[in-house]
Amino acid sequence: MGRYVLRRLLQLVPVFIGTTFIIYYLVWSLPGDPFAGKCGERPCPPAYIAEMTEKYNLDDPVIVQYFKYLGKLLTGDFGETYAGVEISELILNAYPITLRLALVALVFAAVIGIGAGILTGLRGKGIVDNMVLVSTLFLISLPVFVTGFLAQVYLGTEWGLIRPTVSSSAPLSELIVPGLVLGSLSMAYVARLTRTSIIENKNADYVRTAVAKGLPGNRVVGVHILRNSLIPVITFLGVELGVLMGGAIVTEGVFNIRGIGGLVFNAIVRQEGMTVTGIVTLLVIVYLIMNLLVDLLYAVLDPRIRYD
Amino acid sequence: MRKGRLAAIVAAPMAVALLATGCGGGGGGASEDGVITVNTTEPENPLVPGNTTETGGGKVVDALFTGLMRYSPDDGTAQMAHAESITPSENNTKFTVKLKPDWTFHDGTPVTAENYVRAWNYNAYGPNGMSTESFFSNIQGYEQVTSEDPDGDDGPQQAPQPQAEQMSGLQVVDQNTFEVTLSEPFASFPITLGYSAFSPLPNSFFENKEAFEENPIGNGPFRFESREPNTDIRVRAFDEYKGDDKPSIRGVDFIVYNELEGAYQDVISGNLDFVEQVPPSALVDEKWRQDLGDRALEKKALLNTALDFPLYDQKYQDPKVRKAISLAINREEIAQQVFNGSRTPATGYVPEGLPGYETGACGEACEFNPERAKQLMSETNFQGPVTISSNADGGHKEWIDAVCGNIRNNLGLECGFNPVPTFSEFLTMHKEKAHTGPFRFGWVADYPSPETFLAKIYKTGASSNYKDYSNPAFDQKVNEANAASTVEEANALYREAEQILVEDMPSIPLFDQSAQAGHSERLTNVKVTPFRELDLASVRLTEQQ
Repeated sequence: MGRYVLRRLLQLVPVFIGTTFIIYYLVWSLPGDPFAGKCGERPCPPAYIAEMTEKYNLDDPVIVQYFKYLGKLLTGDFGETYAGVEISELILNAYPITLRLALVALVFAAVIGIGAGILTGLRGKGIVDNMVLVSTLFLISLPVFVTGFLAQVYLGTEWGLIRPTVSSSAPLSELIVPGLVLGSLSMAYVARLTRTSIIENKNADYVRTAVAKGLPGNRVVGVHILRNSLIPVITFLGVELGVLMGGAIVTEGVFNIRGIGGLVFNAIVRQEGMTVTGIVTLLVIVYLIMNLLVDLLYAVLDPRIRYD
Repeated sequence: MRKGRLAAIVAAPMAVALLATGCGGGGGGASEDGVITVNTTEPENPLVPGNTTETGGGKVVDALFTGLMRYSPDDGTAQMAHAESITPSENNTKFTVKLKPDWTFHDGTPVTAENYVRAWNYNAYGPNGMSTESFFSNIQGYEQVTSEDPDGDDGPQQAPQPQAEQMSGLQVVDQNTFEVTLSEPFASFPITLGYSAFSPLPNSFFENKEAFEENPIGNGPFRFESREPNTDIRVRAFDEYKGDDKPSIRGVDFIVYNELEGAYQDVISGNLDFVEQVPPSALVDEKWRQDLGDRALEKKALLNTALDFPLYDQKYQDPKVRKAISLAINREEIAQQVFNGSRTPATGYVPEGLPGYETGACGEACEFNPERAKQLMSETNFQGPVTISSNADGGHKEWIDAVCGNIRNNLGLECGFNPVPTFSEFLTMHKEKAHTGPFRFGWVADYPSPETFLAKIYKTGASSNYKDYSNPAFDQKVNEANAASTVEEANALYREAEQILVEDMPSIPLFDQSAQAGHSERLTNVKVTPFRELDLASVRLTEQQ
């Protein structure tokens, strides 16, 4: 087990370097001069461009630029935006908010999704099953910005039940609706995934054995069916946290949440390669760690799975 | 069965929305008494006046600094602010500036003539890399403090060190007086001085630039309080402010919004006090007027859009081709159907909101006349197709498609939109003269003088003359206007210069823009300036707040 974890951690290094390099390369090789649009419709003075070029090592080949950047990154220096703001400060402000939002979304997805999945999976066909199937289909087919915008206009502006946008400190109570919007898609997937998984396992041999042994219903469902059925769901949820953190761009935009999504979106628009790479680096780490955690959880859920 | 139905309600995810709404609730912002909230975008540069050219940082800089002149929030005319007098010499090349005494910066140090001269020299000095460098190009000695890169921007050589660090045209006379000498006569020069790049900078700026960027110190009606990147910038009223535009509010929180839509919804529900623009979705069917009622404001802004021609391309050298295209465009219809009336058809090269401007300079050449267009086009050898370029990241597709539809229907030419992915790529195309068809050109006034809409764009070799237009008669007329002894005389001459443009039609004026703004119930006496900002001096909070 220890060796497995170590090996997985070592694997992170090349993945980390590879992804950050690709991002760095892609952002800086976007066509067009990143400083050309800085001065409105008039051209920028050459000295301004020269200063910026030097500050971001743009005269070096991309690979040299990248290693200069990586060197700084390893010492914890994320660099500065064009506006002279420390990127680490930006990330430090934004990250906890996005994490909170993603967790709210994940909790909704897990609790409601798994709950609905269990109900329909165990019960089988019927009115409940149909209702869940229809409502999840509905959610899956709605783009997030539509759900978000409807929630904002109706719950916020029209009925005055919530603030239309989230205030700068982003307390948990204000994140509930955005979190629900953000998590709605995963919620629908989780419900369907759980349902299918349970229906499959309901007729498995070990479940029949457990029933035949005369175990009480709760135990059959809780220990035998659920534990096995949750493996694909956990995989999904684990990866989903990464997706939610990176993919909150739309939701954060609608509700004006000062999180990672808006930050990375603006940075891409303004071609601020340093900011984009810095944030993506962190997202990559989140993904890698979540994947590792999910893999380790398998053994807990199903003792038949062993590492080494 | 009963249990099942209950479970279904809980399971149906839509139901959770009802649950969740129990929390939260309206609630105003967390601002202090007398502080209003205004939407903004994240500034692209540090909050230094000489390096701020975009609106997000611009409105904060305008609150923090007061220069020699300021622009009337009503009609945009220039008025004295910190300057007591600006006296021109007989031929309008030398201006003696007298300051009102006893003004101080927010750190208590006096604002002297020296602060202006040092700041202007700093902004103009090439190696400092300030983005407003070119604003100082009228001043004598500007060539000596900047230098051309010998092999262009992309070449390996660095621009040489400029010959001088200070412009010879700036002379401090005494603590409250300084003289500005221009390299050429320019009667409207004082009008330009309201632009924020001409603001004074305190001595502490020159001692420690980084500390200044962290905590900007200005001389304006508001002092800097705090800034949280990507979240908000807070400024508070400066009690010792001497200007006559002293505000009655206690401060402003500039709240950063990533999407205009969110800011707009916040204004409707009272979580934000002012938004200076209305999202396109709310313009449809005048929805914003229903949403906001008498809190909806509209104002002519000093912004226009034109279609420029690449005059370096053989295909577009015949003025008849350009005029025919202009006559084929139904501006009125596009303004109504695509822009929902938020833009008005242009009647000249200078937008209508500008002080002293008369409408109709363009005359018949900008009116919709398909027969005449067809006839003009038949006199040329022009074959088409016409491709109209614009950056695709600014929402220009709709109106360009509409213009193309006009060209197709009325001239029988093929026409298409050529989207350039980003604004910066689009600007690179200007620089490299890579256009093969008409391209979109938008211009915002830096100061309320026709000069900004004419000289900067159409003079031979001007910095934003991307179309390569050159007409000695036009240059001559603009120079005459610049040298005119009064502003009125100058404006008349600018008008004559504009007529030359109408003859040549190097670009087609299309639309003038107006600003649609909205405010919350907390505010009264709200004025939007022609520069699309909230006038912070006159705005008041309603009594009950």
